[in-house]
Amino acid sequence: MSLYLPCDSLARAVGADEVALALAGQDLQRTSSRGLYWLEPLLEVDTPKGRIGFGPLTAADVPSVLDALKGEPSAHPLALGLVEELPYLKSQQRLLFARAGITRPLSLDDYRAHGGFEGLNRAVTIGGDETATEVFDSGLRGRGGAAFPAGIKWRTVRVTQAVQKYIVCNADEGDSGTFADRMLMEGDPFLLIEGMAIAGITVGASYGYIYVRSEYPQAVATLRAALDIARANGYLGANVGGSGLAFDMEVRVGAGAYICGEETALLDSLEGKRGVVRAKPPIPALKGLFGLPTLVHNVLTLASVPLILAKGAQFYRDYGMGRSLGTMPFQLAGNIRHGGLVERAFGLTLRELVEDYGGGTASGRPLKAAQVGGPLGAWVPPADFDTPLDYEAFAGIGAMLGHGGVVVADDSLDMAHMARFALQFCAEESCGKCTPCRIGSTRGVEVIDRMLAAPDQSGRDEQAIILKDLCDTMQYGSLCALGGMAPFPVVSALKHFPADFGLQSSEADQ
Amino acid sequence: MPDEMLLHLPMVNSLLERHKGSAGALLPILHEIQEGIGYIPDVAIPEIAHALNQSQAEIRGVISFYHDFRTAPPARHILRLCRAESCKSRGAEQLAAQLRERLQLDDHGSSADGNISLRPVYCLGACACSPALELDGQVHARLSAERLDALLDACREDA
Repeated sequence: MSLYLPCDSLARAVGADEVALALAGQDLQRTSSRGLYWLEPLLEVDTPKGRIGFGPLTAADVPSVLDALKGEPSAHPLALGLVEELPYLKSQQRLLFARAGITRPLSLDDYRAHGGFEGLNRAVTIGGDETATEVFDSGLRGRGGAAFPAGIKWRTVRVTQAVQKYIVCNADEGDSGTFADRMLMEGDPFLLIEGMAIAGITVGASYGYIYVRSEYPQAVATLRAALDIARANGYLGANVGGSGLAFDMEVRVGAGAYICGEETALLDSLEGKRGVVRAKPPIPALKGLFGLPTLVHNVLTLASVPLILAKGAQFYRDYGMGRSLGTMPFQLAGNIRHGGLVERAFGLTLRELVEDYGGGTASGRPLKAAQVGGPLGAWVPPADFDTPLDYEAFAGIGAMLGHGGVVVADDSLDMAHMARFALQFCAEESCGKCTPCRIGSTRGVEVIDRMLAAPDQSGRDEQAIILKDLCDTMQYGSLCALGGMAPFPVVSALKHFPADFGLQSSEADQ
Repeated sequence: MPDEMLLHLPMVNSLLERHKGSAGALLPILHEIQEGIGYIPDVAIPEIAHALNQSQAEIRGVISFYHDFRTAPPARHILRLCRAESCKSRGAEQLAAQLRERLQLDDHGSSADGNISLRPVYCLGACACSPALELDGQVHARLSAERLDALLDACREDA
């Protein structure tokens, strides 16, 4: 009887290793995580009908689970039944995370048995022109947050002549509330490698870098081990997948600078410099790493490519709405009962995500707001929760989808504190290159402090006007998204929760 | 310069030799030095600058830019409590107050006996089970006040 338990770092952070220790002597495989984190550590057991689950487990539960397996498993209080029938999972559209929770991260056999390298094989067969066309036609947009059409970047780098071109994977997933990149790198590293190999041979880049944040040591170790395995099996090196083309890559580790998630700062960091943002143009596709044409994509963008190649652009386009095509791995975090990964086609509403999947707040207190898209995303009040999760629809309500992270807050969270934190974080992490971000963030913290300390309403109103003016300057005058979007959580908090700032709604809304 | 710092030089130089010719190698070099020694000693800086044909100011500029790099030996235990949005929404600020109170340190403080250093961190990717912290490289999620106390007790015991 095979048992499966995730080796994912978050499963381990809630006790999976202790459970594994208690299972010593059993036929236990350490797989990736399903992403149903509220059930972790989640033990799965093979049965003729499929894998059944138990969770969330502690080491102390193990003896009773083993006993139950000898008799009637469903009688155990932590029995979950067939894992793939759990509504949270069954209703998802797992394309990118199809292998999550099923395969062992570093088993090439597991990867190949579940569709691995079908995309690369097809890319090798159809050649660069057609591969680039497939990516373009799929409608895939950059999953890091900016949502730029991937196919345009691929074409640009492909047609640009240079002695050397690069693929750079931005795995500096620094946004609070996001963990899909981490899950993918720890759980399905060959998928990212396959995506980068396809990108390399298609655009004519022979070398790639994965820039992983230092807070993700397990992702770094897993990727490095996977690279060795892929290289030994001919998926990297002088003749990638039998294409006759060379591509290889390495993992580089960040050093705790949030700004290095911005693509040009990341390139400077890869070059061994301070992570300072570059002015664009020139765009990285023309002058990127070491001044050479560079295809920079987020983990999820590159990892979407093998599937698009294997199944075709049309298959991918059939998911989603409007110009947001395919699926998005949304991440439910914060004060939420059922935190985890929800991969669905674009177009479901924030309410479905937070209420149906998330089950409301973990504290049981009333929901106050959800911050969508990371620390630079707007706080969305429940009144706007029927907005479909679509890039354009979110832009329409002054918010953004970003990397798909959703942080839920209950009514105890003070939005003035969160607005102040957003600016303080921006001040701390600003690279200092442009004035609105460097100076504006610090002045913003001071203005909020003055507002909160003001003795009367008119004093607070006066500071609110200054704050909004300052946010305007930052939004339109900053060089990159850090200064340009740090105002989003501030302005949205001010607009939707004026009382937290001691303001009356009418003044705050002007 | 204290003699013990000079003892690090052979390690630094062999590492620099290994990275010779690798493009943009400064961050990997700094990471390896810190991993090997625990911090980046002053004595390494002219060596790095010479090997990479850069000025010492450039090397120091990079070291000071990134939060991860240390220029002094670390405490025995490093506790990094996540203070980002997801963890804040699950009570990270109360845990931070608990830490300050119990250890009598500020958010970036180090105990005088060199036992523990506090550092804020902004996201450990454990957001689905907030709040979280990292203690000596190990992530602990679904934290409570009691679990935080237990982790601190364990740090105390092997001090």
